[in-house]
Amino acid sequence: MMSGSVVDNTVSSGNSSAAIPTDISGQILDLDEDDDLEVFSKDTTLTDGSSFNASMQTSPASMINQYKFEEDADTKDIFVTVDNPESHVTAIETYITYRVMTKTTRSEFDSSEFEVRRRYQDFLWLKGRLEEAHPTLIAHPLPEKFVVKGMVERFNEDFIETRRRALHRFLNKIAEHPIFSSSEDFKIFLTAASGELTSHKKQGPGFLSRMGDTVKAVAAAVRGVRNRPQEFTEMQEYVEAFSQKISSLDKVTQRIVREQKEYLEELKECGPTYALWSQSEEELAEPLKNVAGCVDRCCKETEEQVKNLSDHLIPVLHEYVLCADTLKAVLRRRDNIQADFEAKTEALATKKADRDTESKVLSLAWASLVGRFPEEVKQQKIKGEIKEMRNDLDKAEDRLEWANNALKSDWTRWQKVMRTDLRSAFVDTAERNVSYYEKCLAVWESFLHSQRTDAEGNGKVDFS
Amino acid sequence: MEKKPPKKLQAKHKSPRSINFKVIKLCSNHSRNKLKPEALILAKSEEQLLSAYGKTNGCVLTRDAGLGIEYCDSLDQNLQMVEKGTSLLKKMEISVAEAEKRTGKNAVNMQETYTVYLIEMRPVDAASEGTNPVPDSLWRRYSEFELLRNYLLVTYPFLVVPPLPEKRAEFVWHKLSADNMDPDFVERRRVGLENFLLRVASHPDLSTDKIFYSFLTEENGWKETVFETGFQAKADSRLKALNATFRVKNPDKRFAEMKHYGDELQSVISQLLRVRARAADRLYGVYKVHGNYGRVFSEWSAIEKEMGDGLQSAGHHMDAYAASVDDILEEEEHYADQMKEYLFYADALRAVCRKHELTQYELEMAAQDLTSKKQQREELATGTIRTFSLKGVTSKLFGQETPEQREAKLKMLETQIEEGEELVKERNAECEEFVKSAWVDIERFKEQKDHDLREALISYAIMQISMCKKGIQVWNNAKECFSKM
Repeated sequence: MMSGSVVDNTVSSGNSSAAIPTDISGQILDLDEDDDLEVFSKDTTLTDGSSFNASMQTSPASMINQYKFEEDADTKDIFVTVDNPESHVTAIETYITYRVMTKTTRSEFDSSEFEVRRRYQDFLWLKGRLEEAHPTLIAHPLPEKFVVKGMVERFNEDFIETRRRALHRFLNKIAEHPIFSSSEDFKIFLTAASGELTSHKKQGPGFLSRMGDTVKAVAAAVRGVRNRPQEFTEMQEYVEAFSQKISSLDKVTQRIVREQKEYLEELKECGPTYALWSQSEEELAEPLKNVAGCVDRCCKETEEQVKNLSDHLIPVLHEYVLCADTLKAVLRRRDNIQADFEAKTEALATKKADRDTESKVLSLAWASLVGRFPEEVKQQKIKGEIKEMRNDLDKAEDRLEWANNALKSDWTRWQKVMRTDLRSAFVDTAERNVSYYEKCLAVWESFLHSQRTDAEGNGKVDFS
Repeated sequence: MEKKPPKKLQAKHKSPRSINFKVIKLCSNHSRNKLKPEALILAKSEEQLLSAYGKTNGCVLTRDAGLGIEYCDSLDQNLQMVEKGTSLLKKMEISVAEAEKRTGKNAVNMQETYTVYLIEMRPVDAASEGTNPVPDSLWRRYSEFELLRNYLLVTYPFLVVPPLPEKRAEFVWHKLSADNMDPDFVERRRVGLENFLLRVASHPDLSTDKIFYSFLTEENGWKETVFETGFQAKADSRLKALNATFRVKNPDKRFAEMKHYGDELQSVISQLLRVRARAADRLYGVYKVHGNYGRVFSEWSAIEKEMGDGLQSAGHHMDAYAASVDDILEEEEHYADQMKEYLFYADALRAVCRKHELTQYELEMAAQDLTSKKQQREELATGTIRTFSLKGVTSKLFGQETPEQREAKLKMLETQIEEGEELVKERNAECEEFVKSAWVDIERFKEQKDHDLREALISYAIMQISMCKKGIQVWNNAKECFSKM
C-alpha cells in the first residue's frame, strides 16, 4: 500500500497490482495540514461498476504502454465469429439468436473454445456495461434496433444477414480493443450459458444507484463545463465535421445504389428487344441474338455490382455514421465528468470558506454564552464534512484524469482503425468496379470476335 | 441536372465529306495493295485523318492491331457507296458542310427564323490530289429537302427512297433538347441530311435523276422546276388513292410478307429507341451522382491529416468519372441516329408495298371492268340475259330495244372493250415493271440494311468497350489514391 502522493510510473503493463494514478491534488488544492488524515486507498471503484478485473487495473500512463504493446505484438489471441441466425418462438415473443463462437489462448479463459447463443438484447446489454465501465472509451457501434420502415422488416432475410455481419464486426472490434477485451462482462458474454448470463445481468449496480448516476449526469450536463481543455474542443470540432462528411458519403452511396437499380430496370428491357428483333431477320438474326445475350450478361454484372455496394460499402459507411454519434456521446460524458469535478471543487472551496467564517463567528458568540464545548463539536462536524468532500473531490479528480487520458489514447487508436477501415472499404469498392468493367469488356469483345470470325467464314470481308 | 450549355451553331468539322473521302481513298489504296488491316502502317497525317473521321462519324477507331479490321468495317459503308459507285459519286464529292440561321418572311408574310444548310460539291480528282479549289455550293433549307424527297417518291414509287432525318426530335431523354433550333439537334440534322444526299447519290437509279442533280447545283429556280414536272398532281391523286381503303383480290405473297416485315421492323426499332433513351437517362444519373463523391472527399480531406492527400486526389478521379458520361452518351446518340434511319427506311419499304398494292388493285379493277364489259357484249349479242341486270329487268318490262339501238350499243361496247384491253395491257405491264424494279431495289435494300445494321451493332460494341476501358482506368486510378489514404 502506497500512501498519498507517491506515484510509481515504472509499473509495467498488464500485471501491476494497485498502481495509482498520478496524484495531482497538490497542484489543484492547497495541501492542508490535515492531510495526514487522508489515506488514499487504492480505490478499485475509481470507475462505476465493478466490471474491471483487478489485475488489469493500470494507470493511464501504463495504459498507453499497453496500447503500444498490443500494436507491436500483432498476435491475435482471440477469435470471435457471429453466425447461424435462428428464430425462437415463445408464447410472448419471437426473436432471433445468433451463434457466437470463440477461440482463444488467453489464460483467463477456462477453455480454448466456446460456443453460445445470444440475442440482440444481450449485445445491447454488453455495450451498455462497457460504456458504463469506461465512459470515455470509444466502443464500436451496434447495428440499429430496427428498420424505421416497419417492424415487419425485422425478420426479413437481408435485414438479419446485415445485422449478423454488423454484430460480428462489433464483437471483433471489442476483442481487438486493449481495454474492452479484458472486461469481465465481455468474457461472460462469450462464455456463459444462457442461464448464467441472465443471472449475471441481474447483478451490478441496482436501479436506484443507476438512477442516481443519471441524475448526477443530468445535473452536470446542465451545469456545463467551464474550462474545457483546448484539445477536447478541437476533438469536438473534428467530430462535428467528420459526422457531416460521413453522413454525406452514406447518402451519396445510397443514391448511387438507387440510380443503378433504376438503370438496371431499363437495361433489362434492351436484351429482349434485340431478341425480338432477331426473330424478324435472316442475316441479322445471329448478330442480334448475340447482342441480346451480351446485354443480358451485362445486366447480370450490373446486378452484382449493385449488390456489392449494398453489402460492403454501405454498411461500413453506416457504421461510421453511428461512430460519429458515439464520439459525440463520449465527449459529452467526458465533459460531464469534468463538470462534476468542477462542481465538487467549488463546493469544497465554499465549505472551507464557511468553516473559516463559522469558526470566527462562533468562537465569539459561544465563548460568551456557552463556553468552549459546542464550538468544538461544530468544528469537528465541519471538519468531518470537509474530509468527506475532499475524498469525493479526489475521486472526481481521479475520474477526470482517468477519463481524459483514456480518451486521448483511445482517440489515437480509433483514428487509426477508422483510417484502416475506410481505406480498405474504398479500395475494395474501386476493385469491384474495375472487375465489373473488366467483365463487361470481355462480354463485348467476345461479340466483336464472333462477328469477325463470322465475316471471315462468310467471305464477306477481304482480310488479305 | 442542368442541360449542357448551348454550343455555337457551327459545323463540327469543316467539309467532313472531304475527310470521309480522303479516308476512303486511303483504305481503298491499302486494300488494293492487299495489306492486312492489322498491318496498316499509317503516316502521322493519316492517323490524324482517321481520328477526325472517327469523330465525325461517331465511331471509335482504335489502333489495336486486334481491332484493325474495325477500321475498314466502319468505312465499308461509305466505301461501298463510292466504289460500287454511281457515276455521280465517281465524279463529284458531295457534302453538307455547314448550317446557318436565317430570318425572313414566309408564305403568309410573317417573320420566321429557320436554318439553312450548305451543300458543297467538289470534283473528285481535286480532292484526292490535295488541292482545294472553291467548291460549288448552295444553301437549302429542310423544307426543300422534303420537296425533293416527295418528288422522288412520286416519280419512283417502286424504289425504296432513302429517308430524311426526323422533322422533330423524338425519343429524347431528358438531357437532349427537343428544340429544333438547339445547336446539337441542328448538327445531327446536318449529318443526317448529308447522309440522305449520299444515299440518293449512290443509288443506281436515283443518282441519275435530273431534278436531284439540279437540287445540288441550281440554287434559284429549282423549286419552280420541280413544280413544272407536274408531280404534285400525281402526288395528290396517289395520296388520295392510297388513303382510301381497298382490298386486293390476289395479293402478291412476297409483297405482303415485305409489308409485314416493314411493320415489324418499325415496331421493334421504335421500342429499341425508347428503351435505349430511358437507359441513357438513368446511366447519366449514375455517373453524375459520383460527382458528389468528389465534392465530399474534398471537404473531408480538409479535416484529415494523413488521409487528406489520398482523399483529395481520389475526389478528382470521381469528378472525371462523372464528366465522362457526356462523351459516352454523345457517341450513343450517333448509334441511335443510325437506328432511326432504318426506322424511317422501314416506312419507305412499307410505302413501296402499299403502292404495289395500289397498282395491283388498279390492274384488278381494269380487268374486272373489262370482263364485265365483255359479258355485256355477249349478252347483247346473243340476246340472253345471264345475270340479273337493270337492262334485263327493263327489257322484260318495257320490251327489248330496236336493232339499231342494239347495234349502237354494241359498237360502243366494242370500243370500250378495246380501250379496256389496252388499259389492262398497260396496267399489266406497269404492274410487271413495278414488281420487277421494286424487287430488284428491295433486294438491294435488304443487302444494304443487313450490312449497315451489322456495322451499327459492331460500332455499338466498340462504344461499350471504350466505355468499359474508361471505367477501368478511372477506378484503377481511384484505387491507387484510396490506398494512399
